[in-house]
Amino acid sequence: MSEHDHHHHDHDHSELSETELRVRALESILTEKGYVEPAALDAIVQAYETKIGPHNGARVVAKAWTDPAFKKALLEDATKAVGTLGHVSRVGDHLVAIENTPGRHNMVVCTLCSCYPWEMLGLPPVWYKASPYRSRAVKDPRGVLADFGVSLPKNTEIRVWDSTAETRFLVLPMRPAGTEGWSEEQLAELVTRDSMIGTGFPKTPGAPS
Amino acid sequence: MNGVHDMGGMDGFGKVEPEPNEPMFHEEWESRVLAMVRAMGAAGAFNIDASRFYRETLPPQVYLSSSYYRKWLLGLEALLLAKGFISQDDVAAGHSVAPAKPLKHGKFAMADVERIMVRGKFGRAAPAAAKFKAGDRVRAKNIHPATHTRLPRYVRGHVGVVERDHGCHVFPDTVANDAGEHPQWLYTVVFDGRELWGADSDPTLKVSIDAFEPYLEAV
Repeated sequence: MSEHDHHHHDHDHSELSETELRVRALESILTEKGYVEPAALDAIVQAYETKIGPHNGARVVAKAWTDPAFKKALLEDATKAVGTLGHVSRVGDHLVAIENTPGRHNMVVCTLCSCYPWEMLGLPPVWYKASPYRSRAVKDPRGVLADFGVSLPKNTEIRVWDSTAETRFLVLPMRPAGTEGWSEEQLAELVTRDSMIGTGFPKTPGAPS
Repeated sequence: MNGVHDMGGMDGFGKVEPEPNEPMFHEEWESRVLAMVRAMGAAGAFNIDASRFYRETLPPQVYLSSSYYRKWLLGLEALLLAKGFISQDDVAAGHSVAPAKPLKHGKFAMADVERIMVRGKFGRAAPAAAKFKAGDRVRAKNIHPATHTRLPRYVRGHVGVVERDHGCHVFPDTVANDAGEHPQWLYTVVFDGRELWGADSDPTLKVSIDAFEPYLEAV
């Protein structure tokens, strides 16, 4: 749960911001017109808060690291491959997985808005949707990576995927060294959200978390 | 449209600021806005491209100075007003004072929640053969549609290579304006960094977009 649980409906109205008042008014209008059931809105929020998140993507990555047939299927048709995994939320159309290699690093952005693989990674973080990332990722990806404390060898190709249609991209990061014999569950713990966007790497075994 | 939302390659926005342990929502109202947008879209009040277009058409100074979900709120209000689902009188009153307008798929209810947790399907049957194939060199057309488009400005006029063919998909440029789905072939087109940003660009950089066929011409 978020640290903002104290913001509840029964708060003193005098403390509400203009935006909060406007949101509440709009919800009243939509409810009174019979367009939406407020409980269904609650259920949407709850589903995003509890069901979706980077754990879905992490399981997919860990599986690809341990199962070569799954990895091949994932890179060929990620929507279909992920659809075969019972423990991951269903995905909709057109998920594309892209593999990082020693010679090539992939990074995903949506310069036009905020397109992001919600089903795999949850709702995007604020920085992904904000102007600095959207403006610079396609022009100065190394500068952006530096903002994350990430640096790549000078000769590594950087491929930036601008998510301009309904295709959604999931970066398959390289498996960390020193994880031979690890289970899928153990490996999934190393997979970070940012490593699946391309702005970070998986955690290293034994490093402080 | 050449709006401020089309940010690829712009300078001056500063550093990216990752937030450790970022909460899913910073304020409760953000979650209500997200839910209302998802629900009204699923009920048939608008499609995803129309909702993008209404956010893009916010005045530039409003767009740039509003938080993400505030833009969603303003876009949603503008869209529902424009399509007649709510009225200015409703907004002024903060309650429904005008009659409701029927929704294409009816009221958004509890039974619909599970359905919207899966992305919609945008692939469609092909009306014609594909013009391009992987390996083809193509130029992003120098076009400046005044309405919604998913062709970012920074690639226009530049030459890239078709890398993947994704099949036919709903065409955002028409569906956003209620002008029909007009499915088009969709390709991943890759551009060299120096082609886009000049000789000073990082020589290791490649950038791809997903381009609908009408955005491209043979080279």
